[in-house]
Amino acid sequence: MAEEIILLDFWPSMFGMKVRIALAEKGLKYERKEEDLLNKSPLLLEMNPIHKKVPVLIHNGKPICESQIIVQYIDEVWKDKSPLLPSDPYERAKARFWADYIDKKLHLLGGKLWRTKGEEQEASKKEYLECLKLLEEELGDKPYFGGENFGFVDLTLMPYFSWLHVFEIATNFSVEVERPKLITWSKRCMERDSVSTSLPDHQKLYDFFLQLKKWHGIE
Amino acid sequence: MGEEVKLFRTWSSRFALRIVWALKIKGIEYETVFEDLSNKSPLLLQYNPVHKKVPILVHNGRPIAESLVILEYIDETWKQAPLLPEDPYERAMARFWAKFGDDKVLTSIWSVFIKQGKEQEEALVAAMENLKFLEEEMKGKKFFGGERIGYVDLALGCLANLISVFEETIGLKIVDEEKLPLFYSWMQNFAEAPIIRDNWPPRDKMLVKFQALLDAAIASSSSS
Repeated sequence: MAEEIILLDFWPSMFGMKVRIALAEKGLKYERKEEDLLNKSPLLLEMNPIHKKVPVLIHNGKPICESQIIVQYIDEVWKDKSPLLPSDPYERAKARFWADYIDKKLHLLGGKLWRTKGEEQEASKKEYLECLKLLEEELGDKPYFGGENFGFVDLTLMPYFSWLHVFEIATNFSVEVERPKLITWSKRCMERDSVSTSLPDHQKLYDFFLQLKKWHGIE
Repeated sequence: MGEEVKLFRTWSSRFALRIVWALKIKGIEYETVFEDLSNKSPLLLQYNPVHKKVPILVHNGRPIAESLVILEYIDETWKQAPLLPEDPYERAMARFWAKFGDDKVLTSIWSVFIKQGKEQEEALVAAMENLKFLEEEMKGKKFFGGERIGYVDLALGCLANLISVFEETIGLKIVDEEKLPLFYSWMQNFAEAPIIRDNWPPRDKMLVKFQALLDAAIASSSSS
């Protein structure tokens, strides 16, 4: 049976990036449709009527929404290649815990980083670095969060590093100095084709970020 | 093999309740450790240093935190009475509804409870929109899991009790049987199901707790 995979996506979306990496890790061919979030397509509204958000994976006509859920779906359907979650239930629980932590904390804090100024921004920077410290401790001396193999937590965190580069320039703080182990880890991840082809070019992302600030009326 | 299972919880935590139900549905023996969140035990802080919250499941000395993560762990470790479906698409849908419950439904119902006047009216409209999606999902089913209680029922389950506590406290109907007949039936069926009904937190304590929360919210909004 011919598999039809469509990804409704928005190129700067961290959540979209996650799914792109997962699909690439599994070597899956798919059609990517770029959404204009100011003018959402009828397909998006039909496939994700509740949240009307990207990413949405459409597999043989059936939609799956929410990036963590999509990645787990991909892992369960195409289970014979490049497992993204470990097989042991306890290790799986740890992976899900950290992925949940990353999405909850870094997403919120990232937003605060660029939307605030002065003391508030300094406080957000500090908190962001604290979260990265926790993650660095969790990584320890392993090559990937998944251990020897690139996996669920790695692909959840990498998109944030894409944006982190933008925030570093915009808010003048250096993750390299503060969290060198994570920088080493991110460089290791970038050596994987699945990651480097899924993340946007830094300059393009920075230009988008400047646009975003303008739209939100932030200097 | 000696299995040692401990659940760290509070008497009213709706997230911990999910775990109580899951363990009992699977017939797993466990020990309960009640926590006082205003005076967290060293063990709690050791087992969940990141969030410092309950519930925490400790299985043979290894801690797992975050209730939906714990539910999946339980389902993968003890295979009897499965909570999640086998089919990957059905599993994805179950995870979606559980997340929808946490992210949107619970928060919108809380808003109806805690707000007043015009804000409450608007919150009720938003809550109804969310509940309508759940109403749709219930078509042709007794429980969200089908014939048996499953992952989504456990994730949304606290609503079957909490909504009536809220309604009694604020004197306002949130789930109207005529407008949401299927969801209303689910609330009744779920609340009365054998294992579920035996484990609700004491209603009188719940009423006292939520009245106090409401009073505090009203006081702080009128003093600002």
